[in-house]
Amino acid sequence: MEAIKAEGLTKYYGKARGIVGLDLCVEQGEFFGFIGPNGAGKSTTIRTLLGLIRPSSGKAAVMGKEIGKENQEILREVGYLPSEAVFYQGTRVRDVLRLSAGLRKMDCREEAERLCQRLGLDGAKKVEELSFGNRKKVGIVCALQHSPRLLILDEPTSGLDPLMQREFFQILKERNERGTTIFLSSHILSEIQRNCTRAAIVRQGRMIACDRVEALAQASAKRVTVHGDINISGLRGVRDLQQEGDGFRFLYAGDINALLRTLAGHPVTDVSIAEPDLEEIFMHYYLEGGAGE
Amino acid sequence: MRLARHELRQGRTALLVWAAAISFLMAVCVLLYPEMEGDMGELGDMFSSMGSFSEAFGMDQVNFGTLEGFYAVECGNILGLGGAFYAALCAVTMLEKEERGHTAEFLLAHPISRRRILLEKLAASLAQVALLNGAVLAVSLAALAGIGNEVPWKGILLVHLAYFLLQAELVGVCFGISAFLRRGGMGIGLGIAAVLYFLQIIANLSQEAGFLKYITPFGYADGTKIVADGSLDLGLVALGMLYGLLGALAADWEYGRKDIQG
Repeated sequence: MEAIKAEGLTKYYGKARGIVGLDLCVEQGEFFGFIGPNGAGKSTTIRTLLGLIRPSSGKAAVMGKEIGKENQEILREVGYLPSEAVFYQGTRVRDVLRLSAGLRKMDCREEAERLCQRLGLDGAKKVEELSFGNRKKVGIVCALQHSPRLLILDEPTSGLDPLMQREFFQILKERNERGTTIFLSSHILSEIQRNCTRAAIVRQGRMIACDRVEALAQASAKRVTVHGDINISGLRGVRDLQQEGDGFRFLYAGDINALLRTLAGHPVTDVSIAEPDLEEIFMHYYLEGGAGE
Repeated sequence: MRLARHELRQGRTALLVWAAAISFLMAVCVLLYPEMEGDMGELGDMFSSMGSFSEAFGMDQVNFGTLEGFYAVECGNILGLGGAFYAALCAVTMLEKEERGHTAEFLLAHPISRRRILLEKLAASLAQVALLNGAVLAVSLAALAGIGNEVPWKGILLVHLAYFLLQAELVGVCFGISAFLRRGGMGIGLGIAAVLYFLQIIANLSQEAGFLKYITPFGYADGTKIVADGSLDLGLVALGMLYGLLGALAADWEYGRKDIQG
């Protein structure tokens, strides 16, 4: 049974596009990244999976339960951290955590206390006194304290300082090792590359790639750096071309033999052909006329 | 009832302020009665013979000089309007505030059905209205006991019951409206309460506008008429409760299907 399975999931807000024909499959126990810039449809996908909004068409199941029909059962299995953690004015952190546990009919005080200690969160503080980062921590504890089987995290690290981000990912890693499936939406590619095993890239509401993170990084594009008296104007598949001293640096998604033939026809003083990092792959998919078009 | 308890805690300050304000004004009016009682013989006749003004506020139907008549008129103006404002505000913001305050995403990410959310929030609204009325009644009875006059129990309790029913109806109607809103509930709630109050004044002024009593809950929660008749118009009460029920059903229909904004 997949943790998340979506088929042709589509959501329009009136005429405005949310997501279009999204097919997604996340296996149980995976640490899955969901990458895309703001407005790509990441939050719409998550909110549809959680039953907060109704899909225009398509279907999806979370932990084997169909969205729209078994929302309560789904939410029982899920811990969700929204991109903007907002809580009731006038309440204290511990009241929010108790309310969250109470709505699940659970007593999570022990785990909540442990998480608050690790994240350096003061339970006596009123939520309106908290910084954005500390409000995020409250959201994190709410999402984790009941030890869900699936964690859905929407831009989880925004507002967290680097040390806290490290601690947060350490907690996620521990949970993942204990079998929790983690679905992490982010536009920070380095955190996806460091932590996720598989990832999907979403663009303008459509999924344009989904594979193992290493495989995505080894997609057809290569990062080429070449020095010498070279003319590459006839080469097709060149992206992100930058002049660098007496040479060029570019992403190359064309025929590798054509590249080698071109280089062989010029006095090359140095060349490097490497796998691009995920950030470069992401740009590759997003550039106008790139492979994702 | 975890959510209902949370709502009661959230609404505690507003409830205390409204209950204190209405109770204080009610008590002041009751405590002023003995001072006015001596002059009431002529004043009562005057109040009941001011033509349209007397009709508008139902003062042509009761003797303003009696404690019961005085209470019915004062109660209509203070508990009637104040209680209606409180009930409307409480209910019309009950669902809308989650989206306005961006807490809807937090709430709905928990395994609690939308119908359950509605029921608990509706129960919390009704409980707050009941608590407000209980507090106002207790303070009013204490004030009545304080002035030493014989308390016209039946009339006074019927008047309080009628205003409680009015507020319950408003809770149902405004709760239904709340499900359709994403923001701006407060103005709408206050507007509805005020319009319904003035509809009753218009209904009292003109026979042609008499049909308005079938629309506004002030039609059956008219203190002067209740004291004059010694009973509630159960037909109008039933109609009012039907409106309230329809409001709650509309909330269920809309809230169950709407896309929730974070």
